[in-house]
This record gives sequence, C-alpha cells and structure tokens, in this order.
Amino acid sequence: MQRIRVYYAKTDDLRFTSNLDIQKIWERTLRRGHISVMYSQGFHPQPKIQLACPLPLGMTSTAEIMDFWMEAEVSPIEINSRLEKVIPPGIQLQRCEVIDLSEPSLQTQVLSTIYRVSSMDGNFEPSMSQKTQALLEQPSLERTRRKKTYDLRPMIESLRLVDQNEGSNFIEMQLSARPGATGRPEEVLDCLGLDITEVKIERTNIVTITSA
Amino acid sequence: MLLQNEIKERLDRLLITVQKPGRYTGGELNQVVKEWDSVDTHVALVFPDIYDLGISNLGISILYETLNQRDEVLVERAYCPWEDMEALMREENIPLYSLESKHPLSQFDIIGISLPYETLYTNTLNLLDLANIPIHAHDRDEKHPLIIAGGHTTFNPEPMSDFIDAFVIGDGEEVIHEIVDVYRGWRQDRKTRHDLLTRLAGIWGVYVPSLYDIEYHPDGTIKSRAKKHDGAPARIVKRIVTELPYPPTHPIVPSIDVVHNRISVEIMRGCSRGCRFCHAGMINRPVRERPVDEIVEIIQESLDNTGFEEVALLSLSSSDYTNILSLVDVLQAHFEGQNLKISLPSLRIESFSVDLLEKLRTSRPGGFTLAPEAASDHMRQIINKPIPTEQIIQTTREIYQRGWLTIKLYFMIGHPLETLEDVREIAELCKKILAEGHKVIGRRAKLHVGVSTFIPKAHTPFQWVPCDDISQIEAKQALLKNELRGPGFKLNWTDPWDTMLEALLSRGDRRLGEVIYLAWKNGAKFDAWQDKADRQAWEDAIEKIGVDAAFYTHRQRGQEEILPWDHISSGVNKSFLATEYRLSKEGISREDCRNQCYGCGIISNFGELKKQIPATSWKCPETASR
Repeated sequence: MQRIRVYYAKTDDLRFTSNLDIQKIWERTLRRGHISVMYSQGFHPQPKIQLACPLPLGMTSTAEIMDFWMEAEVSPIEINSRLEKVIPPGIQLQRCEVIDLSEPSLQTQVLSTIYRVSSMDGNFEPSMSQKTQALLEQPSLERTRRKKTYDLRPMIESLRLVDQNEGSNFIEMQLSARPGATGRPEEVLDCLGLDITEVKIERTNIVTITSA
Repeated sequence: MLLQNEIKERLDRLLITVQKPGRYTGGELNQVVKEWDSVDTHVALVFPDIYDLGISNLGISILYETLNQRDEVLVERAYCPWEDMEALMREENIPLYSLESKHPLSQFDIIGISLPYETLYTNTLNLLDLANIPIHAHDRDEKHPLIIAGGHTTFNPEPMSDFIDAFVIGDGEEVIHEIVDVYRGWRQDRKTRHDLLTRLAGIWGVYVPSLYDIEYHPDGTIKSRAKKHDGAPARIVKRIVTELPYPPTHPIVPSIDVVHNRISVEIMRGCSRGCRFCHAGMINRPVRERPVDEIVEIIQESLDNTGFEEVALLSLSSSDYTNILSLVDVLQAHFEGQNLKISLPSLRIESFSVDLLEKLRTSRPGGFTLAPEAASDHMRQIINKPIPTEQIIQTTREIYQRGWLTIKLYFMIGHPLETLEDVREIAELCKKILAEGHKVIGRRAKLHVGVSTFIPKAHTPFQWVPCDDISQIEAKQALLKNELRGPGFKLNWTDPWDTMLEALLSRGDRRLGEVIYLAWKNGAKFDAWQDKADRQAWEDAIEKIGVDAAFYTHRQRGQEEILPWDHISSGVNKSFLATEYRLSKEGISREDCRNQCYGCGIISNFGELKKQIPATSWKCPETASR
C-alpha cells in the first residue's frame, strides 16, 4: 500500500466545479489512468481520496493538493506519466510524491490559504491600500453568513494591495483555514466594498504544518 | 446582439451569481472544439431541458460524435438555462449560446432539437426565444438557422409543426448526414428557404409540415391532408438503420454532478413483445441486437475514455436480448474487481431475472424494479403483457429471499376497459407481495409502488381509445391511496392534470400550435417539472384559443377517422394496429413475435432493406419473409 500526494492547479471552466465534484473528477481521472485507488470498507465503498482544503466556487488555484491511497507500489514518476495522459481540461498536474502512510490526514495539516485577487476592470484604485490597512486596524469584524454571526477579523492573517511592474496591482490575503476557523475571501472583499462579479480570485498557496 | 467574445466576458463576471454555474461553462472532458472558421457548416444540438438532464441523452451524444467526425462540420451543444440563469440572460441581453465556443445559437446553420417527450414543447419555444430566433417557422428566412427536431414525439409531429422546419422520424444516425449534405448543397445554390424545405422533404424519414394543408370536417375531425408541393411525399415513412451503428465511445464527462453519471450502451433497439400500450415497442421495430463482444468492446473503450463508475445497458426489454446470460457472464468476468456498477433495466418478471441481477450485484443491493403494468391476468391479456399472477408473486418472493429489501413495482391505471375492480386488484396484489416479503425477511421488506396513468399513444393498438378523465383517475388513485398505506408501502402516482396535458399534446393535431404558443407566452415552461408546471398558463391558453381538450383526450376515435398522425408511418400498418385492438377487446393476447410473425408491416414495408443484410440481423422469424 502507498499514499501518493498530487499537487495541481485548477483553472478555466473548472473553477465552477465544486469540491465534491472535483473529488469525482479525480476518481475518474485515476480510473482512466489505470491507477487502482483503494476503496473504503463497508456498505458503500468509497475511493480513498482526500483533498486538502475546499476551494470556493468561482476561484482558480495554482496550489491544490490531493492525497490518495493505492494497493500497488508504483513510482511517482510512473504515476505522473500515467496521469499526464488522462488529465482532464482545467487541471494542470504539477508533481506527485510518495507520502508516509502515518502522516495525519491532509485536511488536519492545513493552517491557512493565500489568495490573490485581481480586478476584472484592470486595476484597483490606489486608495485600496488604505482600505486594506483600515480593515486590519479593526479589532473585530462582525459578519453574518448563513444566519450565523462570527468575527472575521481573527481569520485574516494578512491583507495588502500589491503593486506590480507596469502599474498593475492585486490584493493578496492570507486567511486561516483550520477546522471551524476558515476565512472566506469574498467576505473580506465585501468588507472592502468589492463585489464578487468585479474580481478574479486565485488561490496561490495552501500553508500546511509541514510547509510552514 | 452580443458577439461570442462579449458573451464570454459577461459570463466570466456573472456566472458566479447563479446556482450550479458549471451547467453553463462547457469545457468538459471529451467536448470537441473546432475552429469556427475551419468548417462551413455549424450545427447546434439542443436538449430542451436543463444540462443536468440533457447531458446524458444518448441520441445527442451519438449525433455529436458522428457529425463531429466530418471535417467540414462542427457540432456544439446548448440546454435550457435554469430560471435564475434565464433571468440573468434576459437582463444582461445574453442570447442562448453554445457551450463549446459561446457563439450565439442564431449564428449556427442547423439547430437540432431532441424531443423525446411532449412536456419539452414550451421549453423548445423558450429556447428559440432566448436565441433571438423567430419562434414560428413561417417567420424565419434564409438568414435564420434551419430548425429540425427528432425523438419519439415526432411520430405525432403535428402539435409542434408551427415551430419546427423539418422533423426527423425514426433512427437519426444516417439521416442527419443527409440533412447536412442537402443543406450544404442548397447553400451553395443560394436558393430560397422554401427551396431548402422542399429538398429536405425528399429525404427518407424527413417530414416538412409546411408543405401540407389540412382540412377539417365541421365536427373537428380531419377531412383531408393535401400536399402543397409535388416533392412532398404523401406518406412519410420512418427512417431505420438496418443494423445498429457503432456508438460513440467518447461521451462527454460532465464536470458537475448530473442526473445520470454513467456510460449508456444500447444493447438492442426495438422490442418484439407487442405490449399494446407501448409506444416505444411499436415505433422502434424491427428488433436489432448488438453482438456481445461488441458491447464489451464499447464499454471498455468508453471506460478508458471517461472513467465513469457506472454502465447502463439500454434496451426496451433486457430479458429478450438473445444472449443475455452470456452477456452478463462476460461482463462480470471482464470487469470484476473494478468497482464498476452495471445496471440492467427492463427485466421480465421471472426468476431468471433475479439470477441475472444477482450476478451483477456489487455491494448492498438497491431496489429491484419490475413492471407488471396491470394486476389481473385478464387485464394483462387486454394489454398483451401476459404473466400469470402466481409468477409475479413467486418472483417477488424470490427477490426478497435473495437479499433485496426493496422491490419497486410499476403499474398503470386507465387501461382500456379497466374498472375500479381492476384497480383494486393492484392493491390486493401489492398487499400479497409485501406479506410474502414479511414472511421471508420480516419487517425489513419494503414495496414501492409507482402508478402512472395510461395515455393512448399514436401508432399503438390503443390509439383510438379515450384517456380516462380527471374524475375517473382521481377515483382510481383515491382507492389506491386508501388501500396502500401502512409500514413497508410507498406509493407514487402521476398528477391527473399532468396526464391530461401530456394526453392533449401527444394526441393533438396542428391546431394545438396556437395553444402551445399562447401557453408559453403565458409563462408555461418546464412542464415536465412537477413543481414548475404552470397549469393556469395552459388553461388560459386552451380557453382563449377555444380548443376543446376533451375532443383530443377523451373521445373514442372512429376506425375510419383520419388521425392527425396517419401520414407518418412507423412501418407498422394501421390494419395491424386495428387487429391488435380488436383482439384486446376480446381478451386475447399474442406471444412474442420473434417466434411467430403476425405481419405488423415491418417486413412488407422494409423488405428490400432486409435483403441487404444477414437474415438474422433482425429478430423477425424466417417464416415472415414474404
């Protein structure tokens, strides 16, 4: 038995595919690649596939992580080459590696995630920089989501407007992503007065216990 | 109107605001994208309901793959947007677009619409409207796409004849290529749209309704049907493929969860059982089977190309597939240990069916589905589905014994000559079956009973008979609801009003075009969705146009009457249907016509074709070659 970790990007139209459906896409991709994933026991055996951290609908990512378990021992290079042949549109394979079977589940290793937000209309106003600063200075940010009130502020680990060459800019934010404390980028954007239809959001990193 | 890139840009911003945006993006595995300008003919295939349902339509995936193989043709897809997306599209002036390239549908040359059931009619109008294409065929000119439709409903195309330029009657695999060829030839000649329609009318299996005039008697029945053009055939004979073509093995794999997440493989087309209520059984003759080794090859290729976890073996009657046992054994051996779910619908009520499903069973069995259709021996003689009641009870007992906890039984009420007593027998039979289940496995035994209401369909032996009216249906349903309660039972039924609508649309003539149009104008759409169907919209339309719905639904039609669909030939002769109808009234059933030919008309109408293929290709018995 071995445990394989796959790093990949989720792009294009696949940003409108939910986390649950991505799991299905991986199941089918592995099946097409003739990679026999192990199944759980019980009445409804499920393939043993774990995704690190759900990506909200509509966002792309350059930094997704998945673990799966397989009976046979096949080298990561071989797995990589089999997957390359069958990878579906919208997923870009980055690399595969063998992971110690005793490692805790991927979800429990995640600490935070980093998002890069760019404007659909080119650039954010320079004043966005002050807005992000002002937001960070708030001691708390009471929000209501799905009829539950919570404080968003402690989940924002960093938030800033980044100026690039040629005058373009983007907002970068690091939000905590631990069980029961997952910050959602659109909530932060709403605090900044930005509507979800005005921006493109990309996840650029998942910070885990090991990577941190 | 918005262009392709403007549509894309708007979608990029706005899709995040609708439910399940993955319905509207395209970009799935196995979609085919060709350079727009690299081909001269652009075809859009449309299923007039939402993506979640339409994506698994086998007809569309067959045509998609076969047409895309042509270098000069590209095929793209479109479905109905759900209500939230439709509202957004109308607000933002986004026309209906194709999923592959996001071109507006109005820029395609040919739009092919799948119409497998009548409750898609208002959606079809809505789609044309969303595409900014004139809804009425007579309002379209040379710059508009050609609108064609195929699927089972086209065997009575008349109610939709105001809106569709040309209907395909029968098997689509070959005729679609001829339609494209004729279209390309016509465009090269730069002639009128009327000229295109007359050319299309010359293709076997294509019906162009605008080339005919209908006259009516004062009582509303049809007096005559006259051709307006010499090239139009007096009788449109359905198209058939003599042998089942190799099917698509690159079906599109949706990136979101849909209704049927699976590969569908047709193992057999047509049915020889001759159930008298069954539309599909009459219009899909002759019976053509696909060889076992070809089925295995198709499944393997499709699995390699999709990675699906489920395969459905499609046919009207799996048990009648000649080598069903060997097929199941081969599949079981070939795909063992791959966590592949194989479903085999439409099994006969006999213990052999339990053997078959036991072989395919992977983990915990779900429900076991059987369709007795009627509860008494007498009623099953009438509808020609003779199975002894004792055999039904014995088979269901065995199902419970062999590990299934739930049995689903399908019945119909409203059969010709049915009385309340016959309906009571449904309840009695179900009680006996559940009692047997309780004896065998105790209280875990469940019985789900689905009771639909019979609608006499065109081209069947019952095409002349009236449909039950709402009060008759309600009385029968009330009886069942009262009898079939208590632990272990679950009863489902069809809303009588839904039955009335389907009966009207399937038994109607072209005067219903106005009703369909007005109902859509009044807001009717998604008629197949129980919670969406807008009764008031339909009732207002029927009243405003002054149509007597009962004339179509509840009237016994005379044997001499010209029926709205008489000019369409399913290959089964009207005289055969009349004989079957007579026998049903006498309570006489006739066995599987594989064993003995009753001269339905297939051999006489398609004899020349039959000579070109091996004698065993059709499951018509040898004695029938006359």
